[in-house]
Amino acid sequence: MDIKDFIAPFAVWKRAFEKPFTVKKPIDERPGAPRYRGFHMNDAEKCVGCGTCEAICMNKAIDLVPLQGRDPKEGDSGLRPRMDYGRCCWCALCVDICPSGSLTMSNEYLWIDSDPDVYRYTPGVDSKPWDGSELGYRRAEGYRLLEMEREKMPELGHTEAVKSFLELIKGYSREQAEKEADRCVSCGVCIASCPAHMDIPGYIKAVRDGDMDAGLRILYETNPFPEACGRICTHLCEEACSIGTGGDPVAIRWLKRYIADQVELSDYAKALPRMEAPTGKKVAIVGAGPGGLSAAYYLALLGHDVTVFEKEEAAGGMLRYGIPEYRLPYPALDKDIGYIESLGVKIKRGKAVDAKNTLSKLNSGYDAVFISTGLPLAYGLEVPGDKHPRVLDGVAVLAAATRGEALGLGKRVAVVGGGNVAMDATRTALRNGAKVDILYRRREEDMPADKEEILEAKTEGARLVEKAIPLEVRDSGDGGVVFVWNEAHMVAKEPGKRPVPEAIPGAIKEERYDCVISAIGQGPDLSFVKESDGIEIKRFKPVVDSSGKTSVPTIFAGGDLTNDKKDAISAIADGHRAANAIDRILSGKGA
Amino acid sequence: MKREKAYIIPPAERATPDLASGKYLVMWQGPQHPGITGNMSLKLVVEGDSVVDCETHVGYLHRGFEKLMESRLWMQNFPLVCRIAVPEPDFNEYCYAAALEELAGVEVPARSVWLRTMTLEMIRLASFLMWIGGQAGAFGHGTIAQWSVTMRDYVLDLFEELSGGRIYHMYIIPGGVRADVPKDFFKHLLDTLTIIEKNLDDIELVMFHNVVFKMRAEGLGYIPKEWVDTYGITGPNARATGIPRDLRKDLGYLAYPQLDFEPITCTKSDAFGRAELRLAEMYQSINLIRQMVDKMPSGAIREKLPNPLYWKIPAGETYVSAECTRGEYGFYVVSDGSDKPRRVVVRGPSYTHAVSVMERLVRGVNIADVAGLMVSLHTYPPEVER
Repeated sequence: MDIKDFIAPFAVWKRAFEKPFTVKKPIDERPGAPRYRGFHMNDAEKCVGCGTCEAICMNKAIDLVPLQGRDPKEGDSGLRPRMDYGRCCWCALCVDICPSGSLTMSNEYLWIDSDPDVYRYTPGVDSKPWDGSELGYRRAEGYRLLEMEREKMPELGHTEAVKSFLELIKGYSREQAEKEADRCVSCGVCIASCPAHMDIPGYIKAVRDGDMDAGLRILYETNPFPEACGRICTHLCEEACSIGTGGDPVAIRWLKRYIADQVELSDYAKALPRMEAPTGKKVAIVGAGPGGLSAAYYLALLGHDVTVFEKEEAAGGMLRYGIPEYRLPYPALDKDIGYIESLGVKIKRGKAVDAKNTLSKLNSGYDAVFISTGLPLAYGLEVPGDKHPRVLDGVAVLAAATRGEALGLGKRVAVVGGGNVAMDATRTALRNGAKVDILYRRREEDMPADKEEILEAKTEGARLVEKAIPLEVRDSGDGGVVFVWNEAHMVAKEPGKRPVPEAIPGAIKEERYDCVISAIGQGPDLSFVKESDGIEIKRFKPVVDSSGKTSVPTIFAGGDLTNDKKDAISAIADGHRAANAIDRILSGKGA
Repeated sequence: MKREKAYIIPPAERATPDLASGKYLVMWQGPQHPGITGNMSLKLVVEGDSVVDCETHVGYLHRGFEKLMESRLWMQNFPLVCRIAVPEPDFNEYCYAAALEELAGVEVPARSVWLRTMTLEMIRLASFLMWIGGQAGAFGHGTIAQWSVTMRDYVLDLFEELSGGRIYHMYIIPGGVRADVPKDFFKHLLDTLTIIEKNLDDIELVMFHNVVFKMRAEGLGYIPKEWVDTYGITGPNARATGIPRDLRKDLGYLAYPQLDFEPITCTKSDAFGRAELRLAEMYQSINLIRQMVDKMPSGAIREKLPNPLYWKIPAGETYVSAECTRGEYGFYVVSDGSDKPRRVVVRGPSYTHAVSVMERLVRGVNIADVAGLMVSLHTYPPEVER
C-alpha cells in the first residue's frame, strides 16, 4: 500500500462536474438505429401470402391468416402473415427470406398496451403508426437467402435450331434439376393457378430428394401427359410462382419434364397406381387429344372399358398436329400416349366420328360419351381474296408438317395472327428456309401467344409487323400473292379496357409473298351432333356444367371445344374432371 | 507440470457440520443474489463469517437449447444459439456458423472473416466492461459499475448500428455475416474506443489503486498453476497463472493470425491478478479492433448457401472452439446428413470455473468475499447448463 492507494479513489469526484452519460427522457430521445430490427411492416399489395416467412420462423411466431375484404389476384394465396409478438425473437429471418421483399421492419421498438391480444397483428393490414417507416431492418443489398436466378436451361441455340426440327430445349441434368428444385419454397401458390391443380411442390420435392418414382406418381395423380406438359405447357404456375415476385420463377415446367424423362416407359407401371377391377362399363371418347386421352386414362384406371375415336392416323390431337416437333418431339408424346394405351385404352385411329358416323350411334353402344374434338376449323381472314390457293390455314400447315408432307411455302411467307399457332407456323416456315413476316393487328404486348414463343420467333429471324389490319389478298401473277394491309394506331375507346386498333386513313401497305398463312383462330366442328341427340348448344359449343356434363346426363364434353383457356393443361383438367363425374354416374354414386 | 490427483472434492472431505452445535450455519447464496453472476446458487456452510464448505447448485437456467436444436432446421438454429450466453452471444453465433461451414465445406469470404473477428473483439470488450462493473460492485464500488456499464452500452449502440440488435446481434450467419458495416460505422467505432480507453484509464486509477479493492482482492481465490489442466481451466483464469494459453494464438482461427498481439499473462493468479489481466485484455481488444479497422479487406460478405428450408449438411461431426472472455467456448456439432442437427453440444468454459473450481476456492473465504470471488472467476451460469 502506498499513499496513492488512499488518494486515487477520490478521483471519481471529477465526474461530478462532467456532463452525465444518461439522458433525461430516454423514451422520447432514443430512436432505434437505422438498421434496428423493430416492429414488422408488410406491403400487403406486394405480398402474395406465400408463407415462406412462416416456414422459416423458428418460433412459430408467424401465422398466415385470410385477408378480409379483398379479393386476391392470380398468384396470391389471399393470406397474410400475422405476427405474434409473444413468440417473435426479432431475428428477421422472415425479412431475409421474403421472396417478394414485401416484409420489412421499422426501427420502432416501443409499444405499450394493457391488452395482450393486440400484440398479435397482421402488418400492412392492421394499420400501425410505424407503417411506411423509411428506417428499420432491411436485408443486405445483393444477398438473398433464396436463389432468385433460374438455373440456365441448355438450349440448341437459335442459329442451329432454325436449321432443323431438332428439339430446342435440351433438358436439365440431374445436378441442374436438383439445384433448380432447391429454389422452390413449397408455398403452393402455384397449385391454385394450375388448371389441373397439380401438386407442384410435391413433385419438386421428389426432384430434390431424387425420388423419380414418387415424382411420377404425383404427376400422374392429376396429369397423364407429363412429357408433353413438361415441354409445352402454358405454365400458368410459373406466372404465379412466389419466387417470381422477386426474381425468376422456378422452372416448374422443366422440372416436370425432368421427372418424366428420367423414368423409362417400361418402368412406369412399377411407379404408378394399379388399375381397379373391371366394372364392365363402356365409355366412348371422341378425339384423342390431351382432354380425351386424360379422360381415357382416369376412366381406365377406375376399371372402365374405354374406346377412343380419332380421325387422324395418330393420336395426340393438337399436341401432335398443332405443336411442331422442335417443341414437342413425337417420341415424348408417344411415351405419354403409350402408357395410357398400356392400361387397355383402345384408340381407334383413322376412325372419325362425323356426319355419317354420328354421336347417336355411339351413345347407344356405350354407357357414357366424352366429346373432346377441339377446334379443328380455321377461321378465314374475311378479306377479299382470302380464298386464294396461296392463302393457307395455319393449323393445316402444322398438321402437314407433322405428317411429313412437303409444305411448299416458298421463300417469303406472311403469317397473320398473334397466337401460339401463328408463332408455331412462323417457326415451322423458318425451318423450311422461308423469310417470315408476322402481321398482327394489335401491339406485341397484346399478342395472346406465350411471351417466350414470341421472343424465340423473333430471335430465329421472324420480322414482326404490329398494328397491321389485313385489307386484301391479290394474286401477284407470278405464283404468289400480294398482301395488303392498313397501318393502324391504338385507340383507347373505353376507359379500363384494352385499346383497339384503328386504321390510319391512307396508310396502306402491301408486300408480295409466296404464301400467306392465316392463323387468327379456329372454331369447333360439331357436324356429328344432331339435334335429336338433345345436346344444348350455344355459340357453336355444347353447354356444360362444372364437371363437363352436357344437357344429356351421359354425354360429357371438354377441352378446347368448351374451354376458353384453349391450352393442353386445361383440356387435361377437363378430362380428369369429366372422368370422375362419369365414374360417379356409372358406379351409381350419383352425379 | 505436476498434475493434481483429486479434482473433485471427495465426499469424505465434505464438511459434515453439526448444526445442532450452533457453531455452524448453512446458508444459500443465490439463485437470486446480486453476487451471483446468473441463476445458480451456492450452499455455504459457514462458521462465524468464514466459509467451511460449499456446494454449487445449478439447474435454474436449463432451457434445453441443445435438444431444441435437434428439431429445428440448420438455419433456424442460428438465431437460437446466441441466446445461450447472454452477455456474449457472438461466440455462439461464430462457433455454430463455423461448425456448419466446416461440415458443409463452405468457404466464407475474407471480409466476412474480418467482420466476424471484429464483432468478436467488440463483444469481448463489452463483456469485460460488464464484468469489471460486477467485480468492482462485488467489493462495494458501485460507481465503477455505473461507468463501465455505460461504456458497454456504447458498444451495444455500435452493435445496434451494425446488426440491428443490441443484445442478440444475430450477425454472424452461416455463410458469412448478415450485412456490411453501415456508413460511418468505423468512425463511430474508433470514436467510441477512444472514449472507452479514457474511461479504462480512470477505472484503472480508482479501482486498481484503491486500498479497499487491493486489501480484499489480493490473495483471494488463488489458483495454483497445477490446477489448470486438472480442472480444465481456460481463458484469463488460466493465463493469470502464467500459462500463455490463448486459442486466438494457439488455433489461429479467423483473422487472428494476421493481427499483431501476444497472449497476456501474469503470475498473481488471485482475484486482483485476474482483474489486472482482464483490464489489460480490454486494452488489447481495443488495439486489435483498431488494427482490424486499418486492415479490413473489401469484398463480398456472404457466401451463397442452398435454400435454408431444405439445406442438408453432409453427415459428419466437428468441434469448433473460440477464445471467449471466460476461456474456451466450443460447439460440438454432429450431422446425420439431414436438414437438422443430430446433436449439438455446447462447451461453456464457466462450467468448470463456476462449479468445481469455485467449490475448492471458496473454503475459508469470508462470506462477504464470496461474491467477489465468484465474479473474479468470471462465470456465466447460462452457459453452464444451456
